[in-house]
Amino acid sequence: MAVVDSPREPALSRRGLSRTAAIPRRTPVTWVRSGGLTTVVFLVPLLFAFGAFSWYPIVRTVVMSVQHTNLVQAPTWVGFRNFENVWHDPLFPIAVRNTAYFAGLALVFGYPVPLVAAVIMSEVRKRRGIYSALAYLPVVIPPVVAVLLWKTFYDASSTGVFNTVFGWVGLGPFPWLQSQHWAMPSLVLESTWANAGGTVIIYLAALTGVNTELYEAASVDGAGILRKVWNVTLPQLRGVLLVTMILQIIGTAQVFLEPYLFTSGGPANSTLTVLLLIFNYAFGNSLGGDYGKATALSLMLAVFLALFSLVYLRATRSWSSHD
Amino acid sequence: MTDDQTRGGLISLSEWRKPSVRYGFGVLRWLLLVALVIGGLGPILWLAKSAITPTIDTISHPMSLFPHGAAWSNLREAWFTVHVGRYFWNTILIAFGSWASQLVVATTGGFALSVLRPRYAPLINGLLLATLFVPAVVLLVPLYIEIVHPPIVHYSLIDSYWAIWLPAGASAFNVILVKRFFDNIPREIFEAARVDGARPFRLFRTIVLPMSKPILGVVSVFAVLASWKDFLWPLLVLTNPNEQPLSVRLPSIQSQTSLGVFLAAMFIACLVPIAGFLIFQRSFLRGTGLGGAIKG
Repeated sequence: MAVVDSPREPALSRRGLSRTAAIPRRTPVTWVRSGGLTTVVFLVPLLFAFGAFSWYPIVRTVVMSVQHTNLVQAPTWVGFRNFENVWHDPLFPIAVRNTAYFAGLALVFGYPVPLVAAVIMSEVRKRRGIYSALAYLPVVIPPVVAVLLWKTFYDASSTGVFNTVFGWVGLGPFPWLQSQHWAMPSLVLESTWANAGGTVIIYLAALTGVNTELYEAASVDGAGILRKVWNVTLPQLRGVLLVTMILQIIGTAQVFLEPYLFTSGGPANSTLTVLLLIFNYAFGNSLGGDYGKATALSLMLAVFLALFSLVYLRATRSWSSHD
Repeated sequence: MTDDQTRGGLISLSEWRKPSVRYGFGVLRWLLLVALVIGGLGPILWLAKSAITPTIDTISHPMSLFPHGAAWSNLREAWFTVHVGRYFWNTILIAFGSWASQLVVATTGGFALSVLRPRYAPLINGLLLATLFVPAVVLLVPLYIEIVHPPIVHYSLIDSYWAIWLPAGASAFNVILVKRFFDNIPREIFEAARVDGARPFRLFRTIVLPMSKPILGVVSVFAVLASWKDFLWPLLVLTNPNEQPLSVRLPSIQSQTSLGVFLAAMFIACLVPIAGFLIFQRSFLRGTGLGGAIKG
């Protein structure tokens, strides 16, 4: 900031700033006079933060993925060997399958819930704020607390919280996280609980934008309530629904906290996800991480998600232009 | 909400008059409310209850309400013996620094890109937008190595809060949010100030910043909350337990102490976010924080 207040400035700034003023030749002096330097000074924090902690690391990922890096010696070029190593890692297909399973389950269970809740809430006339506040409350709980709290709930003994509740109606006890079968659904359940509230709020905002005349027109045509939901509400929300779906898929493809804290990828790798595998490559080995493999896999994930989003956008665009 | 009474919605007025619709929807609404109370509030109430229940009772009868009285000592033990007090302070310190760094970058950057608008602004805008499409995981490893071995200064930032504060500033979402807000300030105000001889720094401090309090409030709330929630990054760059925030300490606390004390510690960790949510409810529920929907 000191540069801005430097004694040279006042004389210059009178005519400066207004970029409409005709400048015959662009020289460093005219650039400074027209406020160019001041602008750069204002941009310094942004350029530093993004340059050092966003743009540079992104480029560095690409470089590191074709290098062998340990923190002691200078990195050596290894070509695509990191990618080959990841591809041939027996854990790689397991992680991909588990991540797809998590994303799929989250879509099947987690995607409709906020929508149904939001449609009902939008018709509530009195004290709607209580509904949305209750729905959003889990979102503000720190994720670590949420996961560890649910881990307590999932206690597999018959006096665990969930097993006690299910015991009241004669069910259980269930093994929850300790079963290869139920571990992933348990993770999805917690994750849905933790994230649904944010989506509810998005849908509620979108629902206020639905043109009410369409409802009236549908009523005049004799449509019942469910028909109106199907033929008016959902088509009107289509844009938002498509965006929340792709955002959810991108988010769940990067699930880390749940498998890391709930199960560490177990039992028998049944909850090992791609992000957990990346973490294990880079930081799981106390002898030093395989940063090449970790960056290679994270790059593969990023490229896959980018391609997936492109295909998704292309597909849904043609789909929406048909009707 | 009052105009909603007259506004025709999904359910039309004539349909509201039908008893089947009215009672059917009434039942549906109550079911939803019950589900929300159990699902949204239930776990937190259970946590609050169990935080002051003796460990033995929580283990053997998790759903009964104080069968053998309360154990307030859990809270005291968590705060002092397990050092939750210190971790709480660490969390606040980390959140404060991240907040400051995000605010500095977002306001100065937003001002330059929205008000000063240099010729190369579209390039920077494009690069900012591009980062929104890069998954956070791509940054993880190179960022970590950069913190361990910074390129120019060659002084490891591991175990320093700067390792969290500085990268926190690189939030494209904040910059774009603030820039959009600045874009909507009428240009005439700036022109008038310029005619009066105000230089950019003055413009920034006396006009733009005071006018953008609402958006800065929103950014602040979400910055503090996001920092409070952060786990993986502080886990990687803060190796000294005495410096770690609550979120990083909680998994280790679990193995060090009894269940009651652990639950008390978790309850304490929830207090600030919940209080923040209750106070700033409107900025959360108006959907400004759409970025929060993206899990990262």
